[in-house]
Amino acid sequence: MNIVVCVKYVPDAQGDRAFEADHTTDREAVDGLLSELDEYAVEEALKIVEAGEGEVTVLTMGPEDAATAVKKSLQMGADKGVHVLDDAIAGSDSVATSLILAEAIRKIGDVDLVLTGLASTDGVMSVVPAMLAERLGMPQVTFASELTVEDGSVTIRRDNEAFSETVEASLPAVVSVTDQINEPRYPSFKGIMAAKKKPVETWGLADLGVDVAHVGLGASWTMVTDTQARPPREAGQVVTDEGQGGEALAQFLADRRLA
Amino acid sequence: MPAATHDLLDLDSLLTEDERAVRASVRQACADLVLPHVAGWYENGDLPAAQVRELVGEFGRLGLLGMHLEGYGCAGMGAVDYGLACTELEAADSGIRSMVSVQGSLAMHALHTFGSEEQRQEWLPAMAAGERIGCFGLTEPDHGSDPASMTTRARQDGSDWILDGTKTWITNAPVADVAVVWARTDDGVRGFVVPTGTAGVQTPTISHKLSLRASVTGQVVLEQVRLPGDAVLPGVRGLKGPLSCLSEARYGIVWGAMGAARTALLTALEYAGTREQFGRPISGFQLTQAKLARMHQAWATGTLLALHLGRRKDEHGLRPEQVSVGKLNNVTAALEICRTARTVLGANGISGDYPLMRHANNLESVLTYEGTEEMHTLVVGQALTGEPAYR
Repeated sequence: MNIVVCVKYVPDAQGDRAFEADHTTDREAVDGLLSELDEYAVEEALKIVEAGEGEVTVLTMGPEDAATAVKKSLQMGADKGVHVLDDAIAGSDSVATSLILAEAIRKIGDVDLVLTGLASTDGVMSVVPAMLAERLGMPQVTFASELTVEDGSVTIRRDNEAFSETVEASLPAVVSVTDQINEPRYPSFKGIMAAKKKPVETWGLADLGVDVAHVGLGASWTMVTDTQARPPREAGQVVTDEGQGGEALAQFLADRRLA
Repeated sequence: MPAATHDLLDLDSLLTEDERAVRASVRQACADLVLPHVAGWYENGDLPAAQVRELVGEFGRLGLLGMHLEGYGCAGMGAVDYGLACTELEAADSGIRSMVSVQGSLAMHALHTFGSEEQRQEWLPAMAAGERIGCFGLTEPDHGSDPASMTTRARQDGSDWILDGTKTWITNAPVADVAVVWARTDDGVRGFVVPTGTAGVQTPTISHKLSLRASVTGQVVLEQVRLPGDAVLPGVRGLKGPLSCLSEARYGIVWGAMGAARTALLTALEYAGTREQFGRPISGFQLTQAKLARMHQAWATGTLLALHLGRRKDEHGLRPEQVSVGKLNNVTAALEICRTARTVLGANGISGDYPLMRHANNLESVLTYEGTEEMHTLVVGQALTGEPAYR
């Protein structure tokens, strides 16, 4: 079972995140890291391979520092990494991102399963897995909260508000996983030491045969025209318990579909 | 925690990417395994044996136990890596750091440095994995700073050894599988590998501690304990054996103390920013700022000192007086930082809802264990003058 995990390098949500003048994400202002939601995909890939055999390749695209996301994945236990690095990539939208990732996965070759997180923690689009599946001609099985692989197929559980679905697809397939699927490990010291010797290949768009005219801000199908800071948090609502406190709390949760 | 609020000197820039990764893993482990529970363990004065086993197991998986040793399942990390780990552990609680120090720097280090190949093979892989717990017996009820006067005795009976004596204030003893015990013999002080299940060995818990309450402390009582001839550590004779182990553990303390200090500084910063008196946050008052500035200064200085010693240790090794300077400065500084942070919180500072009194009380032990402030002062004095003032 050879698995490719697509991971993204994102600005640390703990930092003061900002946008550039062209409304793209400012990737210099704040330290970046492996998107937390992608750690679940890395963990799931490691669990599958540890229980059987095969290899986990982590794939990222992005600026030079994006190698950090690959490194962290290797420290967790992935076997090798691929970093697509090319100045022309900057500003790519989801469509262009899926094109680059699809070509990179083709170049990696011999892939049984492509795993992704449920969304990036910066763009939060969740569309790349579907686009990727389309481009690769693979079935897409999204938002997996449980995943099993056997006999050439993958079965997942997708939890909705009112019910859970079990979905099966033949391999190779593209699967996005949620933050409910597992508890990502943190790198052990042996993992940190071993990662130093693991191979990471850096590819440019020319290596992938991707025309620079199809990627980057200029080629994007969509454009962000404005960004605004989130309004300051409003004061909470105080419920004075006069016997109906429990009901009021239950109503509050039900209104927001939290219970 | 956002570095920008307290790392004014950009000390993080002095660390490599891999060192930061080591730190991040230990910090995460503490956030998951220690921080949710430690206030309760401390308040109850009870770290249950099952919890110790679980913690040690997880720390073993991470590679934390004996992490600076090579081979035998140990991670083979550098001195700075080990220091950063101690900082993160002690930022959670000095007792948890003590547990790891004793396992790695005392028990495992002694076996690794002075043990036979058989002893190392038997104990080190299991101790590195966290499957077995070790302790280290040097201090006795009547012999602390002056271990040369110890009364625990080992005599030979045929090819066997018979041990008699009592070791006290032994971290991990009640939960340990093995004790490295130092005893007087006709051939000087020798080290012995004593499985705690051996007939005649007892490891009673020391209760009623008002410091290091989230740490298991006990005695190792040895009554006519018969050990095979190969229980002795072949690699060393004399006090330089245990003293060199203590120097290793003290090195970890130099870093660890700055972890407790960091927690105190961050707690005080956060509280001062949200606590309002006279109509505004107390962080805006000059007297509070003076406290915060001094705390930061002492923390940053101590952290730099620890890092300097760490880089020296990795490249050249350390002399005992260098470690003494580190322990002297950093533990005293950390204690002062915790006490000052406590005053920033006023009455809330004494509450178990905040970690300050816990850290301050813990550091009272750290101040005297592994060499008292006085002994380290005299070590430094001797190094400066050539005169040993304690003999």
